[in-house]
Amino acid sequence: MSTTEVAPPPGSVLDVSQDNASLRRFLHGLPGVDQVGAEARAAMLATRSIKSSAKAWAIDTAIRMVDLTTLEGSDTPGKVRSLCAKGRRPDAADPSTPSVAAICVYGDRVDVAVEALHGSSVQVAAVATAFPSGRVALQTKLLDVVDAVEAGAGEIDMVIDRAAFLAGDYLSVYEEIVATKLVCGDAHLKVILETGELVTLDSVRRASWLALLAGGDFIKTSTGKISPAATPPVALVMLQAVRDFAALTGDVRGVKLAGGIRTTKEAVRYLVMVNEVAGDRWLSPATFRFGASSLLNDLLQQRHKLSTGAYDGADYVSVD
Amino acid sequence: MPDMKVFEYAPAPESRDIARLKPTYGVFVDGQFRPGRGEPVKSINPATEEALAEIQEADASDVNDAVSAARRAYDSGWSKLAGTQRAKYLYRIARVIQERSRELAVLETLDNGKPIRESRDVDVPTAAAHFFDYAGWADKLAYAGFGPNPHPVGVAAQVIPWNFPLLMAAWKIAPALAAGNTVVLKPAETTPLTAMTLAEIIAECELPPGVVNILPGGPSVGQSLVDHPGVDKIAFTGSTAVGKQIQKSVAASGKRLSLELGGKAANIVFDDAPLDQAVEGIVNGIFFNQGHVCCAGSRLLVQESIADVFISALKDRLQTLRLGDPMDKNTDIGAINSAAQLGRIRVLADAGEAEGGQRWSPDCPLPERGFWFPPTIFTDVGPASRIAREEIFGPVLSVLTFRTPQEAVDKANNTPYGLSAGIWTDKGSRILWMANKLRAGVVWANTFNRFDPTSPFGGYTESGFGREGGRHGLEAYLDV
Amino acid sequence: MSDRLDVRKTYKLYIAGAFPRSESGRSYPVSGAGDTVLAHAAQASRKDVRDAVSAARKAFGGWSGATAYNRAQVLYRVAEMMEGRREQFIAEVLAGDGGTRDAAATVVDAAIDRWVWYAGWADKYAQIAGGANPVAGPYFNFSVPEPSGVVGIVAPQQDSLLGLISVIAPALTTGNTVVVLAATDRPLAAITLSEVLATADLPGGVVNVLTGYVAELAPWLASHRDVNCLDLTGVAAADRVPLAVAAADSVKRVHSPGERAGIGLDEPGLARLAAFVEIKTVWHPLGV
Repeated sequence: MSTTEVAPPPGSVLDVSQDNASLRRFLHGLPGVDQVGAEARAAMLATRSIKSSAKAWAIDTAIRMVDLTTLEGSDTPGKVRSLCAKGRRPDAADPSTPSVAAICVYGDRVDVAVEALHGSSVQVAAVATAFPSGRVALQTKLLDVVDAVEAGAGEIDMVIDRAAFLAGDYLSVYEEIVATKLVCGDAHLKVILETGELVTLDSVRRASWLALLAGGDFIKTSTGKISPAATPPVALVMLQAVRDFAALTGDVRGVKLAGGIRTTKEAVRYLVMVNEVAGDRWLSPATFRFGASSLLNDLLQQRHKLSTGAYDGADYVSVD
Repeated sequence: MPDMKVFEYAPAPESRDIARLKPTYGVFVDGQFRPGRGEPVKSINPATEEALAEIQEADASDVNDAVSAARRAYDSGWSKLAGTQRAKYLYRIARVIQERSRELAVLETLDNGKPIRESRDVDVPTAAAHFFDYAGWADKLAYAGFGPNPHPVGVAAQVIPWNFPLLMAAWKIAPALAAGNTVVLKPAETTPLTAMTLAEIIAECELPPGVVNILPGGPSVGQSLVDHPGVDKIAFTGSTAVGKQIQKSVAASGKRLSLELGGKAANIVFDDAPLDQAVEGIVNGIFFNQGHVCCAGSRLLVQESIADVFISALKDRLQTLRLGDPMDKNTDIGAINSAAQLGRIRVLADAGEAEGGQRWSPDCPLPERGFWFPPTIFTDVGPASRIAREEIFGPVLSVLTFRTPQEAVDKANNTPYGLSAGIWTDKGSRILWMANKLRAGVVWANTFNRFDPTSPFGGYTESGFGREGGRHGLEAYLDV
Repeated sequence: MSDRLDVRKTYKLYIAGAFPRSESGRSYPVSGAGDTVLAHAAQASRKDVRDAVSAARKAFGGWSGATAYNRAQVLYRVAEMMEGRREQFIAEVLAGDGGTRDAAATVVDAAIDRWVWYAGWADKYAQIAGGANPVAGPYFNFSVPEPSGVVGIVAPQQDSLLGLISVIAPALTTGNTVVVLAATDRPLAAITLSEVLATADLPGGVVNVLTGYVAELAPWLASHRDVNCLDLTGVAAADRVPLAVAAADSVKRVHSPGERAGIGLDEPGLARLAAFVEIKTVWHPLGV
């Protein structure tokens, strides 16, 4: 038996997280992103013309990918129950309309949502970790997560510490995600990068990899509280990150776009981007989501248009 | 989980009716549309091989009429017309091209075979932009830096290729008219239709008769035009072989000449490049317009340290290219322009294989009718092989590797051509160093195949001489 | 009167910074304005053309890569060196071209001043001929003139000094290297100028001067595929066509000006600078 065989190199990409310097070397060793080129690619994909049967498929797929969201201080139990009803059955007049993927609420409304969605396929997602700023102590963030998970949330949307990221303290960001993942238990973890605060696409790429390395099940663009939120170039870079991560590790993670996506046209363009950049295996609610509120009604109106041939009006879909 | 059917895009074809095809097209001479006296030919849709229209081509007597008309128009007023007035004619043309842009785009795609997305988003808007930009020069020539009192040259003979039919017409006609010349333009034999619609637009804009004359026809019409003693200036875009013939036929004749010829551009990817954008740049560089682009990045020079990973990413990307009906708004790769061009591409691609290159194309079924060639990559290409040296003018990429920046420069410059080059790296100082060393008229760094009316375009060495675009593009049409 | 015998100069070629005889071993008699034989000049051959082109190509990288400021100083240095040999040049122009001493002095002074004029252009022409282009998109785009490469020149047959300098100086100013065929019947000033060039910090091979018969040598220069440009100033209009046809085989830039354009006493203008440059345009995205 040969003894000259060298131990396999630390093949796990997780090894880059042994200290901040290692993480930094890894993240800064990723290929740069040329902003103009990325924007041009996104713009080209936006010219795809999706018609008839493809459009019908895309609309239903998009509905199934919606995390129907309400994140206001004024979210009463009644408001949340109403949203859950809409998510379960977006169009009472047409039972063929699929349900949304999840209802996304603050942690203290998880119990209401869990009850309202009982018996349906719709998941309950909770924003946590002192959403949206995340500017509290780690222990407080983790308690926030534990509360939501204990209340029955199946999905947790956490925020990263953008301040630490911008200050170059990648290890701190990484360790917070790892700690959060740990307390999530079986709940899926979506890691919000808040790309509007990271600004450059290079940072978006690095933050995406950081979140994937730390075990995030999804990387998510935004809280919806900062502008710009999801944009086509940001989505492009994040889709490339999950594509490349899967190629490297075999592990398929998801992308959630949140904030500012209001129309069917935008949603379909993003599905085209998923299809052509990441690949069709990502065209599933398991790996792609839209965090949105008003988008659902536009999808429903377009669905009506396809089935009736006539343009719809706002009074033909329900106000949420 | 739910069903995972593939996202099949339904056909999204443009309507052929928008092109307003006519059954026949003739010549445009002295402000009149009439049949040419040459042999009529059919203009073919290369995507379907169906005849689109009959072209009543010009012959030598039509050339004579057109040059005479251009001379009369030149002498009788156009060359003396106030620049402000010439400018307004050109602005009118720009505006009508914008107004009729969809019609022109559909017509171009029918006649040329290029995807509607490209004719709609590149060819037609850039053509309008050229007229708009040069319009503004017409009354500012004294400020163009070619002396205080520049004069027009006279009658300009312009011979253009089939790869960007309308856009090349705009590149040629706009600066010529702005500088006060009159024009006889010969579009390519396989793609005359948009030039004839441009003639309609010019008539509609009420340019004086004879200022622009357009003669569809084949090489013999081009030769008659180039040789005509009444011509003062010749502008040619096309192959290097024909360019050399033209240069010989006007040698020391006193006729001015500008040539925009072939290329074999290197697109150079360093290991620190923004790789996703570099992949896009390589794809855009060689597969834009089916590779029928003189400045196409037909040689990929990739740093050896990332060659495997880069080529793999490139192949993944090529799998997503959509080849097919050029009229479909989702088509990326259209038809090869003609049976003859398809034959040339096949010969060179076969030679590439015979010389040991590894040929690869994505799985992409070709339509049964029409002229088609799949996007193709050759690896293991020897530097001396034909596909590394000769212009293919088709969707065929030859991949070579390098180790150091100097080696990249040496290999990039190792060609008789010198039209364009691409550089992909995140290091600014290396970009400028490379840009300085590359012997090419246009250097795209971290981008490729960008065109703008203000940006001079043209080659070194056997890629031709003279520049088109911008202030520099006026020089060919001014006597200074 | 001294009975010392004068030491006469052997007029040779100037190739790659050296002064070889023709590889062919040939020479031809050069007569002055009278019929006296002034010297036996080297009669260059096609192989001398080949060697000169290869020397010019080899020198191109260094000369075109030198800073414009450096090229300006070298060209100015040529003027300085000529000034020091002003009397010699006057005597040589007088002997070769004839005319009066005053006329010869005027020509020599103009020739020296021409170097000064072009020297000043070396670090200015790029600003005149280049610039930023306002493209409609997120790109920075600029154009710069670059030297075309190796310029083959047939010098004017009459003005053996001012004519010669007027054709080589502009090509050098923008960074080209030169192979020049001196005036067949009046080659001596060209060789003396070569001696100046050799001592003026001009790197060897940047200018290569051949004496001999234009009709024999010019076709080799015109057809040489490693020559980028051909200046036919010294060829009579009637004889230009075959040379221009040969030049087309490698798409040379052919400068075929009026016989006196830019070579007389008047300020020459920019045409000769513009004739042998390529405009290079560079694009780069603007992004973060």
